Amino acid sequence: MNRTLFALSAQAVVGRRRGVVLLLLPLALVGLAVVVRLLTSDAVGVEATVGLGYTLALPLVALLAATAVLGPEVDDGSIVYLLAKPVSRHTIARSKFAAAWLTTTALGALPLAVASLVLDSAHPGRALALGAAGVVAGTVYTALFLGLAALTRHAVVVGLLYTLFWEGVIGSVLSGVKWLSVGAWGREVGHAVDDLVDAGGTGLGYAVVAALVVSVGSVWFAGDRLRSFTLRGDE
Amino acid sequence: MSTLVLDQVSRWYGNVVAVNGISMSVGPGITGLLGPNGAGKTTLIALMSGFLAPSAGTVTLDGTPVWRTTDVYRHLGLVPEREVSFGYLTGRRFVLANAELHGLPDPGAATERALEVVDMVEPAARRIGTYSKGMRQRVKLASALVHDPSVLLLDEPFNGVDPRQRLHLMALLRRMGAEGRTVLFSSHILEEVEQVARQIEVVVSGRHAASGEFGEIRRLMTDRPVQYVVSADDDRRLAACLIAEPSVVAVALRPDGGVSVSVADFGAFALRLPAVTREQGLRLLELAPTDDSLESVFSYLVEG
Repeated sequence: MNRTLFALSAQAVVGRRRGVVLLLLPLALVGLAVVVRLLTSDAVGVEATVGLGYTLALPLVALLAATAVLGPEVDDGSIVYLLAKPVSRHTIARSKFAAAWLTTTALGALPLAVASLVLDSAHPGRALALGAAGVVAGTVYTALFLGLAALTRHAVVVGLLYTLFWEGVIGSVLSGVKWLSVGAWGREVGHAVDDLVDAGGTGLGYAVVAALVVSVGSVWFAGDRLRSFTLRGDE
Repeated sequence: MSTLVLDQVSRWYGNVVAVNGISMSVGPGITGLLGPNGAGKTTLIALMSGFLAPSAGTVTLDGTPVWRTTDVYRHLGLVPEREVSFGYLTGRRFVLANAELHGLPDPGAATERALEVVDMVEPAARRIGTYSKGMRQRVKLASALVHDPSVLLLDEPFNGVDPRQRLHLMALLRRMGAEGRTVLFSSHILEEVEQVARQIEVVVSGRHAASGEFGEIRRLMTDRPVQYVVSADDDRRLAACLIAEPSVVAVALRPDGGVSVSVADFGAFALRLPAVTREQGLRLLELAPTDDSLESVFSYLVEG
C-alpha cells in the first residue's frame, strides 16, 4: 500500500458531492432505528431495520466508495497522472481499495452495529455480530465494485442492478443464490459471532473462503486492469 | 541522455489502423511531432509513454520496452492533453503527490522547485478547480517535471494557452532541450513547431510522412506543386498560353469555367501570369489558390 495514494483516494471520496450521499445513508439508517425504537417496545424490528441497512445501505455505501476512488479518474483519463509513476499498478489498486474499505467499514458496517444497539440495547453481542457481518460483506462488496469500476465505466449502474436484483430480489426468492450471495456469506460470519443473527446457510467455512477468494481476486483484477490502462485522445 | 526508439510500430483497433509502421528515434534535444488533427499523434505519444500496447513493433527507452514497465517513469515525464480532474486538490498538493509517488528523497523541495520552474508558486495554494486553462497546463507540466526526468513527452502543450504563457512555455522547453533532455511535443501548427523544435517528425494518417531538421520540412512543404484556379474571358486560350510556361506543370479546363493550374515554381508563375495575359490580350477575371490548407500540404507529403 502507498500512503500518498491512500490519502488521494480518501480525498476523492470525501472531496466530492458523493461524500454527502455517503454520509446520508448511515444517518438515514440510524435515524430510522431511533424512530422505530421510539414508536415500539424494546427489541422489535431489529431484523427488519438492520436487514434493510444490511441488504441495501451497506452495498450502496460500498458501491459509492469503490467507484469514487477509481471511477471518475478512469472515466476522464486523469488516472494517467497516478499511473505514470514507478509504482506497481497492483499497489495502486490496493491503496485505492484500502481507502474505499475504510469508508465502507465506517459508514456501512459500523452503523449496522449502532442501529442494532439503538433497537436492542439488551444484546450488545447481536450488535457486534451484525457489525462483523457488515465488515465481511462490506469488504467483499468493496472489492467487487472496485473490480467493476476498473472494468466498465457503467460500474455504478451495474453495481446498483446487482445489489437490487441479485442480493435483494433474487436472493430472497431463490435459496440457491446463497452460494453466490455476498450477503449470505456475511450473515454466516455474523451467525458465528451471535446466534441472534440468522445464518446465511452456506456453512462458515465456505463463507469465509468464498469471501476471501472474491475479495482478493477482485482487487487483483482491478490492479491487472490498471496494468493495461490505455490513454485515449480527446476526440 | 536518453533515447526513445520506435521500431516498426503499428497500432490498430479492429479494422482501423491508427499508427502504421512507424520507426523513429527520438534523442536529446527538442523534437516536434507535427500532424493534422486525427493523424495519430496522441496514439503515438500513448505508445511512447507506455499507455498503449503496440499491435506490432516495439517502443523502447534506452533499450527497455516501455509497455508495462512502470520503472521507465523514473526517467520519463508525461504531459497528456487531458485536463487534470483533481479539482479538489490544491496545485501544490497535486505536485507534491506526484513527487511522493516518485519516491523522491525530499518531495517538498522538489515540489517547490518544479512550481518555480513553471512560475506557479503564488497560485499553488489554490484549488486546481479554480485555475485557468494556462495554469492547469503549467501545473500538469510541474507534475511531469518534479522528478527531473531525462525524457519529457507533451501532447499539444500549446493548445488553449495564451500568447504570453506560450512564449514562457516555449522558452522553458528550449531550456530543457539545451540541458540535454529528450523533449518531444506534438502540435498541428507548423509555425509553432518551427519556433521550438530543431528536429521535426511529420505524421499523417498514422504514417510517418517526413522527418528532418525544420529547414528541410519547411522546404518540403513549400516546394511543391501549388494548385490555382485561373479564369479569364477566354479560358481555352489562357490554358494554351499557360502550359507553354516552364513554371506550369499541368493545366485542365474546369467544367464550370476557369482553368486549374498546377504550378511548380510559384515565384516564377506569379511574375509570368500578368505578363502572359497582357501579351495575349486576355482579361484575367479570377486567381485563387485551391489547396492552401495544412491538410493538403500534409497529404502532399504522404503521396510524395
